Amino acid sequence: MSFDVMMKLIMAQGMLGLNNGVFYAMLSLGLAVIFGLLNVVNFAHGALYMTGAFVALILNSYLGVWLGIGWLHIGFWPALIIAPIVVGLFGILIERFLLRWLYGLDPIYSLLLTFGITLVLQGLFINYFNASGTPYPGMPESLRGVVNLGFMMFPKYRLFVIVFSILVCIAVWFVIERTRIGAMLRAGTENPELVQAFGINVPRMVTLTFGFGTALAGLAGVLAAPIYSVSPLMGANLIIIIFAVVVIGGMGSIAGAVVTGLALGLIEGVTKVFYAPASNTVIFFLMVIVLLVRPAGLFGRQG
Amino acid sequence: MTDIAEFEEDVPAQDRGRTRIGQAVLWILLLGFVLLAPFFLYPVFVMQLLCFALFACAFNLLIGFTGLLSFGHAAFFGGAAYICGHVLTAWGFPPLLGIIAGGLFAAVLGLVVGALAIRRQGIYFAMITLALAQIVYFFALQLPFTGGEDGLQGIPRGYLLGFINLNDSLNMYYFVAVVFLVGFLAIYRTIHSPFGQVLQAIRENEPRALSLGYNVDRFKLIAFVLSATLAGVAGSTKAIVFQFASLTDVHWSTSGEVILMTLVGGMGTIFGPVLGAFIVVALQHVLTGIGSWVQVVIGATFVACVLVFRRGIIGEIARLLKLHSV
Repeated sequence: MSFDVMMKLIMAQGMLGLNNGVFYAMLSLGLAVIFGLLNVVNFAHGALYMTGAFVALILNSYLGVWLGIGWLHIGFWPALIIAPIVVGLFGILIERFLLRWLYGLDPIYSLLLTFGITLVLQGLFINYFNASGTPYPGMPESLRGVVNLGFMMFPKYRLFVIVFSILVCIAVWFVIERTRIGAMLRAGTENPELVQAFGINVPRMVTLTFGFGTALAGLAGVLAAPIYSVSPLMGANLIIIIFAVVVIGGMGSIAGAVVTGLALGLIEGVTKVFYAPASNTVIFFLMVIVLLVRPAGLFGRQG
Repeated sequence: MTDIAEFEEDVPAQDRGRTRIGQAVLWILLLGFVLLAPFFLYPVFVMQLLCFALFACAFNLLIGFTGLLSFGHAAFFGGAAYICGHVLTAWGFPPLLGIIAGGLFAAVLGLVVGALAIRRQGIYFAMITLALAQIVYFFALQLPFTGGEDGLQGIPRGYLLGFINLNDSLNMYYFVAVVFLVGFLAIYRTIHSPFGQVLQAIRENEPRALSLGYNVDRFKLIAFVLSATLAGVAGSTKAIVFQFASLTDVHWSTSGEVILMTLVGGMGTIFGPVLGAFIVVALQHVLTGIGSWVQVVIGATFVACVLVFRRGIIGEIARLLKLHSV
């Protein structure tokens, strides 16, 4: 294989890898935001991502049938707003009625609780939908087709997902690091009692933070729906990768979570060029290397 | 977390008699059940139960007595099942040697996984074990000898010590019962040894154990390897009973199941995981007719246990009756 062809192949797989990477970034970002304030590792993050994809699918293909209105198809753009709201509200319910009882206990209990929620959600969706996956037909007309990137023809929609997700991550980073709300959030992470003493309603902030983090997962789910087929198990496989991403990057830093997610997606993609069977496990092996060399994670504090 | 298993002298004087009776009752129930169950229940079901009970007890050694949540124990259980199945099928090993091979494999794997995972504390420990177990899952899917999606099938049961035919279901049953009891006793002795006391000290207050001069990491690692080994013995035995090893055995959902068994029965209790395994395995049998609703029920049980029932059944009974070390 000539060098030129090789480079093109690497860049092409790199782009596809980056496409996975933005999902890693968005999900580990939400996980990090939640962990920062609540000290909860949300196992259900993958299941909520899956729920987001299903909300988009239901809005497009099922809601009209269920309501008996044949012409009703709520498409991609409305879903991009509705699904995160639905998932976020669901997250708020989880926090208010379940997670809240476990604050102050060992965080393994909240991990186990959210694991249980994962099983419930998965089981429910397997019951009502096909376990092997349903394609999402609602990709907007304007994003169909391909664009020429010079080294490859790349699907327009995937390019949109990459750009849009990176913008979302930057926006979240900006809000948390540069605004007043973000300052309150960061202060709450450091010392909730003191923030409460300043007259900020910390329990409400906690609830909203959890809702926001889960809404991000829902948003990622909608974005994923047109690319991967919508399946009840799509989140379970992802959350384990996200955990490895989070171990590598450390949950202490927002930017760290995003950068690690993107980089690992890229590496995973490029690995496909050299040794395809390893692309499933390369992230886990990188985690092993990081644990050996820098046990606290690339951006993390020991914790 | 829950009540600590204590040395006899640590139990308050007024609870000593009751505790002794409680322990005796549970031992009698356990031994009676193990000896007589195959005459009342379907033997394969009881064998499955005993394998999972040993698995849960091994897991409990970590979560209940060392305070480490491993989310990847299926890797040891299922990995050993594959190794045991392979040496029995391809190399013609006798069953006992197969179980030893599976246990040794799990020990080595446990040494590697444990050494990596103890580099981080708390919740990260759980995430690392889950991620490392996923590597084992992918190997089980891709390595040439594992049979991919089909798993290993038709593992021969063979002859124990050359003359006891394990194809006879009662012979097989009592072999499994002995494996279970040996494993259970090993865990029981570990918990009640000075080594086990150090583990519990680490669970209660790790910085303090460290400041008392204990090499905490080494204790954690030994506990991890011990737990992995016994999980491997349970998995190997399961492979011989059912004559197959499958991807389900190494899947994260199996890691979740063993957590649930321990949680339901009572983390940090001695008999709890056995009861928990009984309940979860029985639940799965009863609910097989309702398809994927099983997952919903299992998930809801998880949620309920974590919210209102963190001590588990044996743990709650022990608290009510002021029993120690059950």
